Formats: sequence, C-alpha cells, structure tokens
Amino acid sequence: MVTATALEAELLELAGSVPDPELPVLTLHELGVVRALRLHGSGAAEVDLTPTYTGCPAIEAMSLDIERVLREHGLREVSVRTVLSPAWSTDDITPEGRRKLREFGIAPPRTRATSGPIPLALGPTRTDATDTTGAIGTTGAAGTVETEPVRCPHCGSADTELLSRFSSTACKALRRCLSCREPFDHFKEL
Amino acid sequence: MTAAGPATVPVTAALALGDDALVLSHRLGEWAGHAPVLEEEVALANIALDLLGQARVLLSLAGDEDELAFLREERSFRNLQLVEQPNGDFAHTIARQLYFSTYQHLLHAELAAGDGPFAPLAAKAVKEVAYHRDHAEQWTLRLGDGTETSHERMRRACDALWRFTGELFQPVEGLDVDWADLESRWVESVTRVLGRATLTVPEGPRTGAWSAGAGRQGVHTESFGRMLAEMQHLHRSHPGASW
Repeated sequence: MVTATALEAELLELAGSVPDPELPVLTLHELGVVRALRLHGSGAAEVDLTPTYTGCPAIEAMSLDIERVLREHGLREVSVRTVLSPAWSTDDITPEGRRKLREFGIAPPRTRATSGPIPLALGPTRTDATDTTGAIGTTGAAGTVETEPVRCPHCGSADTELLSRFSSTACKALRRCLSCREPFDHFKEL
Repeated sequence: MTAAGPATVPVTAALALGDDALVLSHRLGEWAGHAPVLEEEVALANIALDLLGQARVLLSLAGDEDELAFLREERSFRNLQLVEQPNGDFAHTIARQLYFSTYQHLLHAELAAGDGPFAPLAAKAVKEVAYHRDHAEQWTLRLGDGTETSHERMRRACDALWRFTGELFQPVEGLDVDWADLESRWVESVTRVLGRATLTVPEGPRTGAWSAGAGRQGVHTESFGRMLAEMQHLHRSHPGASW
C-alpha cells in the first residue's frame, strides 16, 4: 500500500467535492465513488473512479467534472480511470450522504452487515409492505434479511409499499408511503 | 470506457458474454414506448441499461467496443440464440428474462468467486442481475398464477423458448465453470419458480435434435439479422458520428 502524500490527500478531497451529476445534493465523496488519486511527477494526476452500476451513464460526466476541477486547480494533466474492483456498494455512501438523500426526498439505502444474496420472498401479486422488498437473492444462499423498514423520506412512516423495483434511474426503486400517500424514490441496496 | 483489466483475456469468452448482454439489451430497449405500463417501461429500460454497461466492459476487453457492436456481421456474433429471440408478447419477454437472468446470475456468481479476468466485472454484474432475476421471477408468478389468459400466455411463452435453453450450458472456452453443476442448479431454480407460478416445466427437448442453439458458433435465427440491421444501420450510414 502506497501512502498518499498530503498533497494527494488534498487533491483527492477536491476531486471528491465534485457534485454528482444526477443527484447534485451529493458529492462524489459522499456517494463513495472516488477511490484514489496519485500524482505522477509535477502536475499530472491519475484518479480512480468506480461506477455505481456498470451501465451508469453518469460516469462520463463525473470524469469530465473531476478533470475540470483539478485542471482549474493548476494540474496540467488529469486522467480518470474506471475501476470495477472492489465492486461499489450502497454501504459506501457516507452517513452525511444518507442524510442528504433523505432531505432531498429519496429514501437512503439500508446498510447491511454482510452483502450478498438474501432469501427471496415470492408472492404472486402486489408485494406487501411487510416483505423484504429490495432484498433479493437466491434460494438456499446464506445472507442477511432486511429487517429494517424503508421509511418515507417525507413523513418518516415505516408503512411503505413497493411499486416498482426500477425507477427513474437503475439505482432507485419506486415506493409509496401508505401514511402520507406520497410516492418516493428509494436508493436500493446494492 | 476505459476499464482496468488484466493483460490476457480470453477473447472468445469476452465476446460470448458481451454479445449476450449487448443483444438482450437491444431487445429490451425495443420495449421503450410499447410496455404495458409505465413502471415496466422504466424497469425494462433499466435492465437494458445494466446489460449495456456490462456489454461495454466485456467488449472492451475483446477489442474496440463500437467496432465490435456495429461493424461485425451476423455470423461473427457469439451470443446465445435465446437472447436474440423477438420480444413477442410481454409473457415471452418475461420467460426469456426468467431463463436468461437465472443463468446469468448463477454464472456471474461463479465467475465472481474465482480470480479469473472476469471476476471484477462479474462481482458487479451479479448484484445487478440479482434484481433482474427477481423482476422476472415476480412477473412469472403474477402471470402464471394470475388470470386464465395470463396463465395460458405465460405457459405458451415458457414452452416456446424452452428449446433455446440447452445452449446456455455449452462450455465457453476460457471460462472455468462446472457447466453440469450450473445446469442442474438452473433447472432446479426454474422448476421451483414455475411450480410456484402454477406452471409446469415444458416437456420439449432442450438439447439434441428438435432443439435449437448454435449461437456460440455464430449460427443465428432468422430474426437476428433484422435486429442487427436496425441496431447497426445508423453507425454504418454515418461512420464516426457522435452526439
């Protein structure tokens, strides 16, 4: 493990301060997608960026924004590298990021002690509020079951139901609050 | 997309997995503007986007992603015949999703657990595909155990695509996978879901005569040529065009 210099740490912080293009309330640091920054010689930096989803179309905008910010800071050459491993998880979203998501009207993902498949609750019709929605997996696979409910970001009620596993972006599910009746996005666990 | 990958990648395997994802992504994208409800429109587009992302990484391991996607002839594609099958009605799309996402989920879980060149991508994809599989299973249950009409249409769809499922377990050069074990777990899972959906496992053959499946060798079904023509015509008409 190469220890980052103070300057690298400072530049990493700067790269991480770039707002997410889809969810501008969050910074890339709070989303947990900026992994590392290395300086090569004077004025050249390489940044490791990881996508939330493999097909996330925002990754190119993120790269350009990081390059711009670092160039404005005086760096001559900036290259952003996409790294896949270790795979990003919603557990990489910082506590501050979760708070901001909730304020923005998006239910934050629940944290998991261990990631991995979760036994599937199969139902033939509309998924009810007490199931493990957003929690999925394969039969017989060991995993943790979500016990914590998805709370409505508007009124805080735990009485919410799943409308669709996929919402405005791949990383969100569409839910509805049964108390205040408002629909809302849920940043689903990955 | 620049993805950091190991120096040696089995090209055959990268093309097989990448083409599966690319072709199914395109098929699912055809639902845009046609899905039965808005939520499904969004769901199918999101699943297509996940697959497209996986395809981009995989094809980039094998060469130039745009050249591979837009400038290859039909016989050079290595995707399964299952994924190129037309969308049909919604039940056909769901049956195709059930068969393929169960396969892809089991396969990527295997690859993610190893230390081969596909492990980093597989570790990401397995989490995405878990949602695709869940989506397909939930719809299979709802349609199978739904009305008389939905049950009948789901049954017809599962039957129609059954003969394409033997090909899923043909060994792919460069992938260190126990294919027989993968197949038995796939059969077990699909049998369980169909059972809960009050459907019966189709009786037709999955391999041998009267079955289909030579996509991995570049032999494709009739509709694939038309799909490719639509997918490639813009790039071929305007080489090098960009947004």
